[in-house]
Amino acid sequence: MAKNQGTPLVDLRNISISFGGVQAVDDVSIDLYPGEVVGLLGHNGAGKSTLIKILAGAYRMDSGEIWINGEKADIKTPADARDYNIETIYQTLALADNLDAAANLFLGRELTTRLGLVDDATMESETRKIMARLNPNFQKFSVPVSALSGGQRQSVAIARAVYFDAKIVIMDEPTAALGVHETEMVAEIIKELKAQGLGIFLISHDTREMMALCDRVSVMKNGALVGTERVEDVTEDDILSMIILGKNPKREAA
Amino acid sequence: MSDATQDAPAHPGTTQTGKTAWTKFLTATEIDTRLIGMVAALLIIWTGFHLYGVIVNDFGAFLTPRNLWNLSVQTSSIGIMACGMVLVIITRHIDLSVGSILGFCAIIMGTVQVNILPQFLGLGHPAIWIITVLVGIAMGACIGAFQGALIAYGAIPAFIVTLGGLLVWRGSAFLVARGETISPVDETFSLLGGGPYGAIGATGSWIVGLIACAAVVLLVLNGRRQRTKFRFPQHPVWADTFIAVVGCAVAIGAVLLVNSYPWPRGIVRRYTQAEGIEIPEGGLFISHGFAIPVLILLAVGIVMTVLLRRTRFGRYVFAIGGNPEAAALAGINTQWMTVKIFAIMGGLAGLSAVVASARLNSATNALGTLDELYVIAAAVIGGTSLAGGVGTVFGAILGALVMQSLQSGMVLIGFDAGMQQVVVGSVLVLAVFLDILYRRNSK
Ligand SMILES: Nc1ncnc2c1ncn2[C@@H]1O[C@H](COP(=O)(O)OP(=O)(O)OP(=O)(O)O)[C@@H](O)[C@H]1O
Ligand SMILES: [Mg+2]
Repeated sequence: MAKNQGTPLVDLRNISISFGGVQAVDDVSIDLYPGEVVGLLGHNGAGKSTLIKILAGAYRMDSGEIWINGEKADIKTPADARDYNIETIYQTLALADNLDAAANLFLGRELTTRLGLVDDATMESETRKIMARLNPNFQKFSVPVSALSGGQRQSVAIARAVYFDAKIVIMDEPTAALGVHETEMVAEIIKELKAQGLGIFLISHDTREMMALCDRVSVMKNGALVGTERVEDVTEDDILSMIILGKNPKREAA
Repeated sequence: MSDATQDAPAHPGTTQTGKTAWTKFLTATEIDTRLIGMVAALLIIWTGFHLYGVIVNDFGAFLTPRNLWNLSVQTSSIGIMACGMVLVIITRHIDLSVGSILGFCAIIMGTVQVNILPQFLGLGHPAIWIITVLVGIAMGACIGAFQGALIAYGAIPAFIVTLGGLLVWRGSAFLVARGETISPVDETFSLLGGGPYGAIGATGSWIVGLIACAAVVLLVLNGRRQRTKFRFPQHPVWADTFIAVVGCAVAIGAVLLVNSYPWPRGIVRRYTQAEGIEIPEGGLFISHGFAIPVLILLAVGIVMTVLLRRTRFGRYVFAIGGNPEAAALAGINTQWMTVKIFAIMGGLAGLSAVVASARLNSATNALGTLDELYVIAAAVIGGTSLAGGVGTVFGAILGALVMQSLQSGMVLIGFDAGMQQVVVGSVLVLAVFLDILYRRNSK
């Protein structure tokens, strides 16, 4: 397999952001190629979510650059990120609890009739189609998502990322609330998206899962990047020691 | 339960067939129990006041065409604003300034139509009322937008901004008019407040009623067509028929009611003299028909319902109410939405000022005092949750009718002002408590 030649899909360069006195992300550079899954690992509070929220337009970085497809991108709002075909599944899921699955899936991008009115029937019908693919057991289409289980909510959030023609998908702990079966399903979706040539940033605390799904993993500690390695070059123990010690054993050895 | 294979969630535990039939009825017709509760409350209030009159005063004055017609007119002003308050409360805000905005807009409109426009256009010019109404609505919308901007971009809580507004606009109304009453308003303008001439008569009311019936039937049929087209579970025919029949019955009943309230004799005499008509033996029965402010409320209710349920704007209102952070992450400009929502609220307060000052035939700086409480109560009684994310325009209008029924009923049976305040205040608290119980149980 060719090792990531050409222009990266996403190139995050020297990203920094602080909240008050906390340096949440400290000069981090990561890139992502088409058809690649890059995993982000690190302790709670390491800055993983904050980093990807900058790419998603939810936060504005203090310094750094975002390059997409070799062009410098200006992402100030979530809407800007969408214009770059970036879709995000947030750790908090970010669903409007009082709306149903279809309304959440299309939130901000509602389908409309010729008169410019929201076309709920078509949206529900589309939602049924995509859910039939992602989670065939899902039946609760006409209730607010507050009435759904954690896993069902997760599948709505995933459907939102998959439905629109994303080029870049960000998944912040997409399997945290899921059972074994559903976790398996998310893994399948990730593989499918990867096969379609999308680039995926995946955040998870499950090292084994990350070794199985990712092409490369990046480890963060206290806002800084410890290192990025191809999964075939490292063992699970190497990764764990990177997370815990904040040192890159391979580089140390060399 | 072999026939319970419908899509409705099955209740395996229920063995009483009575209960099942009732739940089935509610599910099939998609009527929520809160609506039934509100209609029941309304009926209890109405018959209660009527019977009280019958027993204590030997005359039930409440359930008469005259009183119910007046009730409809009185409800309009509060109802129009309640439609806007629904948006405000759904997005987790509050607007305490609507009564004062109403008073301020009324004074501005009074000044415009009495002191300014006649100088340029001449007294009674047909454009006066139009310009006045537009000025009033625009003034309200600007005030609302300004307050909305302070809330959205200044991050000042809505409670504080509009509490300030409550004083600022009331005080401004006083300053502009120096405490004087401005009257009489333009003649055409005054029709917008109702009264015998400000109603559309028997034929007009029938036309409105029949259009309403046609609309109900078309909506039901369109719903069926959509569900068939997308292969969603269809409602049973009887349930849709029931909805259509009830809808038409309400429309026709309302027409019969407003048409059975005749013009007073004095007005009939003046009218016939002016028109040169002979009054036949036994008097002339001229129906009021729907009052214009009621039609304004109806129009506002329809427009706001479509806005809330069928447009992106409305969808975003609910999304912001349900989870502001999620709405922002979905790319919705929540701050600009807040400005727009408060602008709509202000514009509706301006429209309400039209109705209220036209009805009084004058503008005073006290107009609309305490209206904010009635408006908020109407929205909350109508099922708008103060926690945000939930509410309907239709419910708010019904809520306005409930509040106004209470108020007029107490005036009618001679409760004094102190007692009225005690009752209205208690009802508001009780309504919120019932709302909390209702939500807890429906979880
Ligand atoms: N909006 C915010 N305001 C202030 N501090 C913040 C904010 N968001 C994140 N932080 C801080 O930034 C640091 C990184 O947080 P972040 O959510 O990125 O961690 P994480 O790596 O995603 O952790 P987890 O695995 O627990 O999700 C933390 O110290 C956190 O307290
Ligand atoms: Mg996180």
